[in-house]
Amino acid sequence: MSSASSSRSVMTDIGARQRVLKGLRFGDQVFAAVCKAAAVSVLVILGGVFVSLIGGAWPAFHKFGLAFFVTEAWNPVTDQFGAIAPIFGTLVTSAIAMLIAVPVGVGIAVFLTELCPLVLRRPLGVAIELLAGIPSIIYGIWGLFFFAPFLQQYVQPVLIGTFANVPVLSTLFAGPPYGIGILTSALVLAIMVLPFVTAISRDVFESVPPVLKEAAYGLGCTRWEVVRNVVIPFTRVGVIGGCMLGLGRALGETMAVTFVIGNAHRISGSLLAPGTTISATIANEFTEAVGDMHTSSLLAIGLILFLISFIVLAFARLMLMQLDKKAGA
Amino acid sequence: MAIDQARYRSRRRLNAFTMALCWAATALGLTALLIILSTLLLKGVGGLGLNVFTQMTPPPGSDGGLLNPIIGSLIMTTIGVAIGAPIGILAGTYLAEYGRYSPLSSVVRFVNDILLSAPSIIIGLFVYTIMVAPMGHFSGIAGAVSLAVLVIPIVVRTTEDMLTLVPTPLREAASALGMPRSLVIRRVAFKAARAGMITGILLAVARVTGETAPLLFTALNSQFFSTNLNAPMASLPTVIFQFALSPYAEWQKLAWVGALLITAAVLTLSVTARTLGGKRGKS
Repeated sequence: MSSASSSRSVMTDIGARQRVLKGLRFGDQVFAAVCKAAAVSVLVILGGVFVSLIGGAWPAFHKFGLAFFVTEAWNPVTDQFGAIAPIFGTLVTSAIAMLIAVPVGVGIAVFLTELCPLVLRRPLGVAIELLAGIPSIIYGIWGLFFFAPFLQQYVQPVLIGTFANVPVLSTLFAGPPYGIGILTSALVLAIMVLPFVTAISRDVFESVPPVLKEAAYGLGCTRWEVVRNVVIPFTRVGVIGGCMLGLGRALGETMAVTFVIGNAHRISGSLLAPGTTISATIANEFTEAVGDMHTSSLLAIGLILFLISFIVLAFARLMLMQLDKKAGA
Repeated sequence: MAIDQARYRSRRRLNAFTMALCWAATALGLTALLIILSTLLLKGVGGLGLNVFTQMTPPPGSDGGLLNPIIGSLIMTTIGVAIGAPIGILAGTYLAEYGRYSPLSSVVRFVNDILLSAPSIIIGLFVYTIMVAPMGHFSGIAGAVSLAVLVIPIVVRTTEDMLTLVPTPLREAASALGMPRSLVIRRVAFKAARAGMITGILLAVARVTGETAPLLFTALNSQFFSTNLNAPMASLPTVIFQFALSPYAEWQKLAWVGALLITAAVLTLSVTARTLGGKRGKS
């Protein structure tokens, strides 16, 4: 009697157990599938960005052809659009920003890894990283109301005066001092990119095996010689990767530049003149674009920006990946 | 001997010079930070009052507050994170747990890293073409979706990093007890990596709170109090953008207050995230 009832309960136990196991297996499969779908969605987003931009830009490319890339005109009234002025502005501001940010950023990284007293290392590192946390619109409003007037009053007149009679520089620094313009944007971008260069340089500098540096010090090298001949050669790929990441950020930076660049659709030889960048043009005109060709042209320069930054960022990642492989080996 | 001395001195001089440059570089960076923060405080604190949190954005020439953009920012950030964070966590879980070495994962990782630093204005254009253009009008939900697109790569990255740090023996022990894989991940790995994953979400919130560019052509802006997700919605960054570039003194003053609020919020969030995470995550 008792054995019969117990065997029945075992039977139902097995049934229940199988149902539970089945449920768990099903849950397992669903969770795995959902995770995979989420991972694929990352690819879908990138594909979607490309497809939507190409689709939107098609009318402009179709109408203007390759001339779109070399035309300076940007006239919503006559429906004539060309991308060269914003492309020029984007490349020039980013290039100047990198010229300033890379030496300063690497310098800070050297300071943080080689010179700084240990106690201050972390707080100073965090302080520099706070620069990366400040939203770009803050850089914009600060640039417009504080930095641009400062440059206009104290720096730009000096530049104009000093280089007035030097052949090439007199064109680069031709007046009047507007305050806003290509140079101001480049300087604001330099401050924004700085923490990125510093963070990555510091990380790779710290990855240098101490024994290498100690060996160099043991031979009687000065700090600078150790940095120059041991640390930098060892970490070159990583530093370049970090700089490219910073460049990617500078190219696409929108709000800070929109405030201080002056939004003039022309190419000027002077760095003090107002100009425009791709992102600033889009930010200023997209919601007010009249006519399909205007919208399409804006999407077209958006596509150009995306392609440029895609290439730069892909290059950066490939370099950093190479470094990871080296560290892993 | 005399020559050696001269060479030694010149090496010393070069060293002193370059190291001084490194000091100067650090001083420059810190000065920039100090000047930006002190400008914000100087210009923003004056306008800070209760009215900022209780009144609507004013018409030009009169006083008011920032209530509607604050609410709008909160709504869009919340929805953006609510959409983006789960997708990011699941995708990060796939990369770390299911397909750590699969070819699909290397592609996803690569693409994710690119999206992480892609210009946010491009994301705005993307969401404009897929949501705003078909719907025919700007809307808060489109703004939230564009923020979600920005949240995903950050959360994917931190989730993967944190799950990779969870020791494999923990998972093996759970599996040996007969736990199905999905439960091992959810009950064991997630629990071990929780602090880091929350850090990632906080960092993502900090990032999107200050984002302006993608909202310009998705949520647009609005002078009115609105919780309607199907209509244009104000947000702090877009209001700062509009007010700062306006010629009206009252608007500019409010723009500074907004800038101060947003910076305080973003920096608090990222400092909290960092202390919570303990270790600094990779950028």
